[in-house]
Amino acid sequence: MKLFSILLLAVISLQGLFAQDKYFTKSGHIDFFSHSPLEDIKANNEQVLSIIDTSTGEVAIYVLMKSFSFKKALMQEHFNENYVESDKFPKSVFKGKMTNLDLSKSGDQEVAINGELTLHGKSAPINTTGVFNKSDDKITLKGDFMATVADYGIQIPRTVVNNIGKEIKVTFDLTHEPYQN
Amino acid sequence: MKHQIIYIALVLLGFQVNAQDLTDILESQLPKNEVEYVEATFKGTRIINGHSVENRKKGTLEFLISHRFGRINSGAEELFGLDQSNIRLALEYAIIDDLMVGLGRSSFDKTFDGFVKYKFLKQQKGKGAFPFSASFFGSAAYDQPTSFGSEPKSFSTNLTYTSQLLIASKISPAFSFQITPTFIHRNSVVLQADPQNIFAIGTGARMKITNRMAVSAEYFYQFDELASLFEPPTNSLAFAVEFETGGHVFQIILSNTITMIEKSFITETTGDFFDGDIHLGFNISRAFQVGRHGKKKTRNKKNIEKRKEKKDNESGYSY
Repeated sequence: MKLFSILLLAVISLQGLFAQDKYFTKSGHIDFFSHSPLEDIKANNEQVLSIIDTSTGEVAIYVLMKSFSFKKALMQEHFNENYVESDKFPKSVFKGKMTNLDLSKSGDQEVAINGELTLHGKSAPINTTGVFNKSDDKITLKGDFMATVADYGIQIPRTVVNNIGKEIKVTFDLTHEPYQN
Repeated sequence: MKHQIIYIALVLLGFQVNAQDLTDILESQLPKNEVEYVEATFKGTRIINGHSVENRKKGTLEFLISHRFGRINSGAEELFGLDQSNIRLALEYAIIDDLMVGLGRSSFDKTFDGFVKYKFLKQQKGKGAFPFSASFFGSAAYDQPTSFGSEPKSFSTNLTYTSQLLIASKISPAFSFQITPTFIHRNSVVLQADPQNIFAIGTGARMKITNRMAVSAEYFYQFDELASLFEPPTNSLAFAVEFETGGHVFQIILSNTITMIEKSFITETTGDFFDGDIHLGFNISRAFQVGRHGKKKTRNKKNIEKRKEKKDNESGYSY
């Protein structure tokens, strides 16, 4: 019985360790930037949900499209109404995996991130690198990648084709904390 | 032994939770029960001639050019109405998201108009759903009629006030509908038989064809009519096709009225649409962001505060 209790304790504490594999945030930061000859468009989102499983290197990110804020109010309305159609596709999802992640390393380390971004009902692969940093109780993941507008079935009308870049630079800065159920 | 089984069950359950998919966790953490306001019931601040329930967002200055030609059935000599025109130039500014003011000048009767529009109810989705939005609209118009009266009148006698309640619902993403009870008061009338106060009720609808193109229709019914018009008064009816490109909204209009401000097109229309008294027209608007759009600032402030809080008590997490 005593042995069993010790074993149980060990298993529970082990499980506790497993739980520490997951790091979560719901105030992650993502912005995107579109450059074109006529206009630069920038939008911020500070309410990004992101979770990292350090045991597998998996990353999952949810971005609510209506949480993007633009400097120009009308742009924000058009973004939601005409381009990403937020009523039909309220969130964008990234599912991917960090390869060459070395948990024993402290400080910044470069990781390769490969995955799939689903936006506006369409999916396309994203392969990029990011900077991973694990401190005592925080994991930050930073980086950027280019997304091609056409990959996601978002149409740009001819009249504004010079105002919107065909490739959008997406920058992410996610600070995770240990996930507790 | 009984205890052991419970323990084992608990531990297994723990593993179960641990093994759940990352996206399941995110799904469970999505913000719930958040109030979501319905946006963009109409594209512009006008349905066609009349105001829509929509306001511009804070800090937006809109330059609005509205133009109506003469009647299409006026014949080839008048180039089917194109010789005649009425133009209204206006600047309209949103002080806050729900309050906008505007100043305009129409060439017809050389009328100046000023208005205030305030949205006091917002349609909501999801939890606490609310079926419609409502705005109050008030305007004063100062005209200088050339047709009647030669003696100079005081400023206030030439004023006409319009009050409207705009009640609109975005029934589906493509279809929006509005009802507009209207009260128009004239400080002075031309004939004794003219009513000083006229009640009217307006209806308008917008149907999206594509994301950037829509058709709309609008009709105002008057419960009382002016007697001093050259022709018997009719109710205002209009159809429009609208296009949206970036900061512009462009509407092409067919209407039985040549004017574009409430007191005129609701009570002074004489054209019979189905007899060919149709005016071709267009509205063009260009929006400029003058002040900063409010949302971002507050959100940033909140986040900065949050970060400060986190720094202050680094030991505890709050979710």
